[in-house]
Amino acid sequence: MSSVLPPTYDRVGRHGLSPDVTHDETARFNFLTNLNVHIGQKIFPGTKLAFESRVAPAFDKAHGRALRDQCEVRDAMKCDPLYQFWAATRRSTMEMRQQSGRHVVLRQLGKMSAKAAALNAGKNTLVLDPRVTPPDYLAQVDNHWMPGSYYSEATPGDVLSGAAYEAGLFVTTAGSMSARGDGAGRALVRYLAEKFPDFKPRRILDLGAGVGVNTLPIVQAFPDAEVVAVDAAAPTLRYAHARSQAMGYGNVQFIQASADDLPFPANSFDWIQTTMFWHETSVATVRAGLKKIHEMLRPGGLTLHIEQPNFAADTPLWDRFTRDWDAWFNNEPFWRKLHMMNVFDEMAAAGFGRDRLFDGATEADIEPGMYQDWASTLSRHKPELKRADDAANDGARKGEFWYLFGAWK
Amino acid sequence: MTDIDVNALANAKAKGERPYFFDDPAVERVFSITLAVATELAVMRERLDTVERLLEAGQPVSKTAIDAFRPDNEAARERQMWHAEYINRIFRIVHQELEALKNPELNVSSKDLADKIAAS
Repeated sequence: MSSVLPPTYDRVGRHGLSPDVTHDETARFNFLTNLNVHIGQKIFPGTKLAFESRVAPAFDKAHGRALRDQCEVRDAMKCDPLYQFWAATRRSTMEMRQQSGRHVVLRQLGKMSAKAAALNAGKNTLVLDPRVTPPDYLAQVDNHWMPGSYYSEATPGDVLSGAAYEAGLFVTTAGSMSARGDGAGRALVRYLAEKFPDFKPRRILDLGAGVGVNTLPIVQAFPDAEVVAVDAAAPTLRYAHARSQAMGYGNVQFIQASADDLPFPANSFDWIQTTMFWHETSVATVRAGLKKIHEMLRPGGLTLHIEQPNFAADTPLWDRFTRDWDAWFNNEPFWRKLHMMNVFDEMAAAGFGRDRLFDGATEADIEPGMYQDWASTLSRHKPELKRADDAANDGARKGEFWYLFGAWK
Repeated sequence: MTDIDVNALANAKAKGERPYFFDDPAVERVFSITLAVATELAVMRERLDTVERLLEAGQPVSKTAIDAFRPDNEAARERQMWHAEYINRIFRIVHQELEALKNPELNVSSKDLADKIAAS
């Protein structure tokens, strides 16, 4: 057994809007995190072995040919007992995470919503628009089995969706995103500092910001910039804005808008960012959104996106299946199509010059101590990322790392 | 504040058809309940660990003291280790199935062997 274990839930970074968490709620999150880690580290590798040693050979024998695509792998795997166990455990763990996170928030929802309302009152940095309805891509199924998605309320004007999301995030990411869950935002800022040290954006848009975990590292890194965070969901934005205020970040504006209808003029931003956003949208939104981004960027401006990498021609069949799994079984329906889209073609079609496109990989920026010790055991080395990663420094990696693509206008 | 049914809302189903992975949905139901019971036992065990640590330190044990308890790094590591070991114990059969899959040569059937020996 690995001697390095995930941090305990009491180590989660707290802020002025964090819910009170009892001893037993903490213990529940601890168990669920360990359960999630166990099935990921001990059981999941076994499903690959089951695929290679019995599922694929049985298919070959029955059909006189090899498996052709990940849909065939999915259908062949569904009868495998080890896979069934892994998938059912993963599913149940996710449901328990959602239930536990929601319960923590629901039992103190009045108090938390009042605290948020007090932090939000009279601030022109929170702009909600009741005309914005949940976009179709959010409304059809609840992403990653989060009941009510980002936009539902239990009481008028509450912060349920945002607060429950943040409360349970630790279980699913198992502490790999740093104490505040902002590992991707911190990674992004570090990437910019290393690659483009002279880039000093004055006006920044973070699209699909959610509760703002990855927005605040941007705000921190560019204290003189005007930062605008956009999301479609009011309860999530109420929470995000109050959270940023409670953490002392006054210089960020949270605006409710759909990515399909952004209320900003042309040439109005120096940097437009999305972080793990597109996979929860749609083909139409990606295409229209990238065009709109091109329009909203000032000449010389930058757009950057942390997202699932596209499949490469040589991405193995098993990896295609496991990477598409969330689309079929974790209510991330667009995830699969996004793997197949060529983001460079999409960016070019949106108006960006092909010679202005780039991609790469960036590594989670994790604070030293328990989180970093733990995260260093988790590195995912996917072939697409390896190729995109021009740091050529795999051995020294300390945590998760992410694919990103972008362009200069 | 508006009265809400906390338990019903916490249990809310996410929008979208739930996938079932076991061949029989009844197995999935029992499995899911078993995992939830296992979770609650782990919660109880961590609470007991806290009580023991408070007693050992000569501190008063109360609900407030238990909720306020924060394990130091060593205690946190020991508690996480307990969770890891506990999960290993309850998933024993699956680990043994996985081991059998890894080492097919170690899966000789005792029944076949008994018949073979008897026939010799």
